[in-house]
Formats: sequence, structure tokens, C-alpha cells
Amino acid sequence: MTMATPNNAPDRALEDQIDQWRSYLRRRQAIQSVDVAELEDHLREQISTLSAAGLSTDEAFLVGVKRIGDLNALSREFAREHSDRLWKQLVDAPQDAGDAPARTRTDAAMAIGLAVAAGVAVKAPALFGMPMIDENESFYARHASLFVLPMLTGYFVWKRKLAASTLRWLGVAFVGALVFANVYPLKPLGALEMLTAMHLPIALWLAVGVAYAAERWNQVAGRMDFIRFSGELFIYYALIAFGGGVFTAFLLMLFKIIGIDAEPFVQTWLIPCGAAGAVVVASWLVEAKQSVIENMAPVLTRLFTPLFATLLVAFLVTLLFTGRGVNMERDMLLAFDGLLVIVLGLLLYAISARDPRAPASAFDVMQVVLVISALLADAVALWAIGARISEYGFTPNRTAVLGMNIILLVNLAWSAVVYIRFLRGQGPIAALERWQTNYLPVYSVWAAIVVIVFPVVFGFRY
Amino acid sequence: MEINKDLIAASSTPIVLAILAEADSYGYAILMRVREISKGQMEWTDGMLYPVLHRLERLGHVTARWENSETGRKRKYYRITTAGKAQLAEEQRQWQAVNATLKGIWSSLSITLAPSSATRAALLLQAA
Repeated sequence: MTMATPNNAPDRALEDQIDQWRSYLRRRQAIQSVDVAELEDHLREQISTLSAAGLSTDEAFLVGVKRIGDLNALSREFAREHSDRLWKQLVDAPQDAGDAPARTRTDAAMAIGLAVAAGVAVKAPALFGMPMIDENESFYARHASLFVLPMLTGYFVWKRKLAASTLRWLGVAFVGALVFANVYPLKPLGALEMLTAMHLPIALWLAVGVAYAAERWNQVAGRMDFIRFSGELFIYYALIAFGGGVFTAFLLMLFKIIGIDAEPFVQTWLIPCGAAGAVVVASWLVEAKQSVIENMAPVLTRLFTPLFATLLVAFLVTLLFTGRGVNMERDMLLAFDGLLVIVLGLLLYAISARDPRAPASAFDVMQVVLVISALLADAVALWAIGARISEYGFTPNRTAVLGMNIILLVNLAWSAVVYIRFLRGQGPIAALERWQTNYLPVYSVWAAIVVIVFPVVFGFRY
Repeated sequence: MEINKDLIAASSTPIVLAILAEADSYGYAILMRVREISKGQMEWTDGMLYPVLHRLERLGHVTARWENSETGRKRKYYRITTAGKAQLAEEQRQWQAVNATLKGIWSSLSITLAPSSATRAALLLQAA
């Protein structure tokens, strides 16, 4: 039997071969070292079985490796299952590395082209007698998202080569948005118009998501990638905005010393066009430069989850022991909406960065404490304002704020239930991802209701 | 016999769950068991089993643990969970429905089929 061969020479050769195979496998971003260990155990068992059947170790190694399968196909399969790992690398898109630089260049050209297009779109109304002056503020507020989001969606339509059927739906969404931004006789800069301006982008963000995730939209992993994308985009955009601010300050200063006032140029050209174009550029950066800023959102989450959890627990404990009355201004519910959004963001980016197979840790407990304390704080706020809301009556603003609060409250309440189940070993953490990703359309549907139904219900009075 | 990729993929979940329902196991042994039960008809590409196992783990249908094997190597063992058993029952129900439908069609077809195809159909029936 070959198994009983006493000399070590072939074994060393085998070890070398396995080492080589292992390091080759490790280079695959989707396959982590723990998976490599699992596959190696498989390979070794295969080799010893085959050797026992009479094959030489060389042959056994070759057969074993062959049976494990084509590594490209295998790593794609791992990538599909562990898309969270790939998020940084995006191996899924270019399948052969040969044309990668060319691809990156076309992507960049397309992104910059569309960013310029967004900038032009911002200035286009001025050509048709709608200059960017204070009197037209209400027009620009209603259409802000329509200057930018079609370009952003267009980028993903091009990049993902979307099917015509999806394209039709996206078209319907944007045309619908254009119609509802204009069809109602809203009071200029009134509450209803401001609500439309604020909710239209939220409603349309769903269309961006459908284009971003393409055929993976109906998969949890695809929608989760979109959530990751949104968070990273927000961070990139904030960074670009900060850089833009510094740039603008220098521009103003430099021209000031030669006696030219650049303020009008900055106000009507640089800031509006830059803000619009930066959305497309930031999206492209999120896609292309993942590894540069390595998942900022999860890092910030790790940092701020304990801080927010402590803050909320301290608030609740103080409330409970001092028995202070809750003095809720009616506008304060908006602040609580903001609080819930932040807690939801912390929750989302914590689960998005989490290895779904890792057991419950202290950080998970922290997340649950955060969510539950946020729920309690919000319950206090709702209770305090509930008594007075009938007295104030339902204005569009208050209804919108209350509606959003309830939507977030429902989301977080069920998240807490799912999370606690996970901590008690009664369910997988994946259930939380599924819940969150399935909930995505709710925000957009609510936003669409605010845009489409509110003006009618409130009779265009506000 | 070469079985179509889609069929392999679709049947992998119930097969893996059923094997784990027999006893805790690990990747290589699961593949051996598949080969044994299918008498070599189901040829999986070995590596492809692992993403399937990881998906089942993520969905909470199985749990995994690393243990020392009899050879002294670390080995990842999988165990079916209650949720996994429920999923298996559900898969079984669905596959039985598919199976029953196919059986019905095969038996009505086998009379009219050409001899070579008839033997194939008979083989398929046996396999079913």
C-alpha cells in the first residue's frame, strides 16, 4: 500500500503542492482562510482515500484538486454566497482580469460624463426662462432630485446592462415623479411643497436601488449591497462636500485679492452643478475605490453604537429616577425621527458588516440595548406628544413626521424581536437582514404617499 | 450519466439536509454519502458543496463547529437544526409533488416512446 510508504520525500513534495494550492486559493477574495482550511481538509481526505486505493500521491493530488473544481467557478460560487466579503472587492463584475484597466477607464469616463450631464441638467431650466434666483426657489426645490437621480440611475442602467422590462419601470417612476412634482397647485414654499421636495428623493431612491442591484434586487444579498452602497455613498458625498467647501473658500479668496467678486459664480454655477455632479462621482467612487476607504460605515458603527447606547440608557435612567416631566415641543418629534434613523443606520451597518456565521457577541448585546432604549425613548416621546396632537390638529408636517416615526418604530420593534431571538439561539441573524431588506420599499411607498396623496387630502391648503 | 446543472443545484438542499438528518457530518463524508446513495449517478463538483453548506448555515438550517478529526486535523462538522428539519420536511413535500407529477407523465408516455427512450424512461422511473 502506498499509504504505508515510509520515506518522507513524496510527502514533502505533497506538502509543497498543497502549500502552493492553498496560497493560490487564498488570493481569492471571496474565499477566506477558514474556508480554505475546510477545503484543505477535504483535499487531504480525498488524497489519502485515493492513495489508499493505489494512486501515487502526485496522481491523488491532481485528481483531488480536479474534483474540487475549477477555482474561478468555485470562487464565483463563494462570492455569490458571501457577497458581504466581496463588497470590498467586487470580483463579481469583471470576470477576466485582462481588460480590467480598460473597464475602469470607461467606467470613469461614463461617470464623469453623467456627472457633467447632471450639472448641465441643473442649469438647463435657466435656458428656458427659469433662472436660479430666489423667485424660482420653489421650482428648484421640487425638481432637485430629478436633476440628479436619473443620471445616477442611468449610470447603473449602463453598468449593469439592465433589461428593457426593468428600464420601463424606471422610466415610469421618473416620469411619475416629474408629473407629481408639477401637477398639483401647491403653495410656493408652503408645507406641502416642502414635503414633496423632501419625500421625492426618498421615493426615487428605490428606483436607484432597483437599478443598482439589477437582477439581484429580489435577493436579500442584492438589497443588502444596496444598503451598504447607500451608506458608503453618504460618507463619500460628505467627504467630497467638505473638500468642495475648502476649494470654494480658496477660490473666493484668490479672486478677491485681484479685486474680482467670484460670489455670483460660486452661487449660481459652482455649488449647484458641483453638488449635483458629486452624487454621480461619489457613486462611481463607492463602486470603484472600495478598498481605498475600507467600509467606513461599519467602522463608524462600531464607534458610535456604544456611545448612542450609553446616551439613551442614561436618558431613560435619568427620566425614570428624577421623575422629570417630559416637555415635548411639537417639533421635537422630528428630532426623534432623526434619532430613530441614526439607530436604524447603526443597526443596518452593524449587520451588514457582520459575518452571518459568527456566534452572538457582546457587540450584538450592545446593539439590542441600543435598539430597545431607542424604542423606549421614542415611546416616551410619542406618549408625550400623543396627548397634544389632537389639540394641535393634523397638519401635513405633523402627519408626515408622525407617519415616518411609526414606520421606523415598527421596523425597530420587529428588529429587536428578531435580534433577541438570535441572541437566544432561536433564529439566524440572516432573519434580521431579510426583515431589513424586505422593509426597504416601505420607506419609498410612504414617501410616495406623502408626495401623491397628502396634497389631495389636505386640499392644497398648506 | 450526466445530470443537468440546474437539477443538481435544486436538489442539493434537500440532499444535504437529509444526509445531515441521518447524522452530523462534514463535507467530504457528505459527498461520499451522496455518491453511495445515488450509486455514482450524482456527480457533484466537490468544491461546490461548501457554498451550499455555508448558505444553509447562514439561513440557520445547520450549525457548524470545528473539531479535531481522527486524523488530528481540524475539521468542520455540520449539524441540522430544528429549522433545518422543518425545511427538509417542506422540501420533501415539494419534491414528492414533482416526483408524482413526473411519474404520472412518464407512465402515460412510456407506451408511445421509442424503445431506446422507453428504456431510459424505465431507468428514470427506477431512479425515482
